[in-house]
Amino acid sequence: MSTMIKMVRSFAAVAAIAIATPALSAGGEVHIDRQQWSFAGPFGVFDRAQLQRGFKVYQEVCQACHGLRQVAFRNLADNGGPSFSEDAAKQIASDYTVVDGPNDDGEMYDRPAILADRFPSPFPNEQAARAANGGAYPPDFSLLAKARAAERGFPWFVFDIFTQYQETGPDYIYSLLTGYEEDPEGIEVPAGQYYNHSFLAGKFISMAPPLYDDAVEYTDGTLMTVDQYAKDVSAFMMWAAEPHLEERKKIGFRVMVFLIFFAALLYFTKKKLWRNVEH
Amino acid sequence: MAGHSNYVPQSAGAKWLESRLPVISLVRGSFVDFPTPKNLNYWWTFGGILFFVLIAQLITGIVLAMHYTPNTGLAFDSVEHIMRDVNFGWMLRYLHANGASMFFIAVYIHIFRGLYYGSYKAPREISWILGVIIFLIMMGTAFMGYVLPWGQMSFWGATVITNLFSAIPLVGEEIRTWLWGGFAVDNPTLNRFFSLHYLLPFMIFGVVILHVWAFHTTGNNNPSGVQPKTKQDTIPFHPYYTVKDLFAIIVFMILFAWFAFYLPNYMGHPDNYIEANPLVTPAHIVPEWYFLPFYAILRAVPDKLGGVVAMFGAIAILFVLPWLDTSKVRSGAYRPLFKQFFWIFVLDCIILGYLGAKPAEPPYVLIAQICTVYYFAHFLVILPLLGFLEKPRPLPASISEAVLKGGSGKPAAAVAASETN
Repeated sequence: MSTMIKMVRSFAAVAAIAIATPALSAGGEVHIDRQQWSFAGPFGVFDRAQLQRGFKVYQEVCQACHGLRQVAFRNLADNGGPSFSEDAAKQIASDYTVVDGPNDDGEMYDRPAILADRFPSPFPNEQAARAANGGAYPPDFSLLAKARAAERGFPWFVFDIFTQYQETGPDYIYSLLTGYEEDPEGIEVPAGQYYNHSFLAGKFISMAPPLYDDAVEYTDGTLMTVDQYAKDVSAFMMWAAEPHLEERKKIGFRVMVFLIFFAALLYFTKKKLWRNVEH
Repeated sequence: MAGHSNYVPQSAGAKWLESRLPVISLVRGSFVDFPTPKNLNYWWTFGGILFFVLIAQLITGIVLAMHYTPNTGLAFDSVEHIMRDVNFGWMLRYLHANGASMFFIAVYIHIFRGLYYGSYKAPREISWILGVIIFLIMMGTAFMGYVLPWGQMSFWGATVITNLFSAIPLVGEEIRTWLWGGFAVDNPTLNRFFSLHYLLPFMIFGVVILHVWAFHTTGNNNPSGVQPKTKQDTIPFHPYYTVKDLFAIIVFMILFAWFAFYLPNYMGHPDNYIEANPLVTPAHIVPEWYFLPFYAILRAVPDKLGGVVAMFGAIAILFVLPWLDTSKVRSGAYRPLFKQFFWIFVLDCIILGYLGAKPAEPPYVLIAQICTVYYFAHFLVILPLLGFLEKPRPLPASISEAVLKGGSGKPAAAVAASETN
């Protein structure tokens, strides 16, 4: 029996390390602080007000350069999202212009967006985006919160399995937005770039500091600081990247409860069935 | 297999069917009345777990294929369409993507179980070899499946792996072009990978049947490694192992659900949420975790062709394992030296996996080289020598004796009761 226990223990260690290795990704020595998010953990849900504020920051600051092409206007009214009313979402959509057509004359034409449309991107293509941004390409926001992460390193990536830490993406975005600094002494920052201690790809980032205190007006009394804006827009980007997060965790919990209950029943069934078999 | 059933059809319909196609007695002989050693421990449940995962992958995969588009311009967005717009599409995709990882967790445990208990030894060589073939097809299927979402790691992983074939002398370049269907990883590559990714699981299914057929012909191995001698050594597969396997499957599903619902992107790479771009190479190209030990072996050899040979050799060596192990004793439980080398070998594989995720620079390369040499030495030096050097512990006369000696501490009456069963 003791060898059995030993084997179980060894295999647990094996499995833990084996399944953990892929979390390693590029990143170098940048340290990203962990933030508190309402959507973290097994019962995490988005904070509706925060998503709405984050969307406002996106609209007023980010969308001049960053697209959101996978997200449709109807998603703004979906459950588990910012939960705008359908009318509000329609109103938001109508402020955007999309290209449709061809019409009966064979011409493409502009029209106001409707709920079924997706967010139009600010630039027609990558080349246009680069030309307008000094050669840099502002990435689309749709998946950014899942497409960025700082390396966790051993042994943290093992603990993450048990703590369900999955928020490296929004942590990184928050950290980047609040990571701008005066150029440090002795470091030559190239023209058109800015020093950011959180930037994973080499400290010099082509994006100018986008957020300033009081730049976006909050009407619900929330602090209008860079820190708060950064948190809100990071949360919004997490929702944009994973719109079914709440549903996933909710169903996951039910699945867990069922499986554990079912496993317990099976365990006792098995035990009773085998009671007379010496094995 | 059917020979194990004493089934006699009762109803008119069953008699009619049985006299034309004896499928009922075949199934009963294989999965109901089949005499199974009574001492199989929980490591033996991974066969059933693997079968469950294969079926789960087939079902989720077939539905995903209804919504996926294998075209370089559309693939990435069609996966996002599944994630956002298809009803429960996110669940299907996360189950399928994490299911691949679960498949490999289970198959590695299954393989190491076979290594520890000598399940590859006579008379089960064919079953073992078929298992290695399944493992190979699985790797091919998983690799091509990872290319389908057409993210950065999909594209660059495909580029790195297909480029390996160009190391083949003389015809390497031509073979690579033939695999690509062009002069780079592009739309024809994605298309054929989709087609093959759909085909190969059914081939796995076919080989799984042969795999089961083979060890149902020889009988299961068991933790003691001695063949069943009397009826007291075995019990019918159903209900004993159906219930035990089902319990193990449900417990395994808890682990599966933990990842699919709570950590769905843990085993993936963030870069794969960036659409494939042939003009931008990621900082580190890393394969999926289950390939990392082999990736480490590939990079440990400084020569490209040598690396490819070593990587494929690391799997190919498993084919001849039954003839490399010279010990007459099957189960590692009775082999004091082998047992220790087995765990060193497990550790060696884990370290290789860790190194596979690290950049190819000092000191990782040197450690990977040492581990690679040890990997092959385990099969080519240690196992052949151990058979001569090791003095195994005395084997039990039968499975029943092994069970009693195991000291489960039950009173003699309970033992007597089981004997009469």
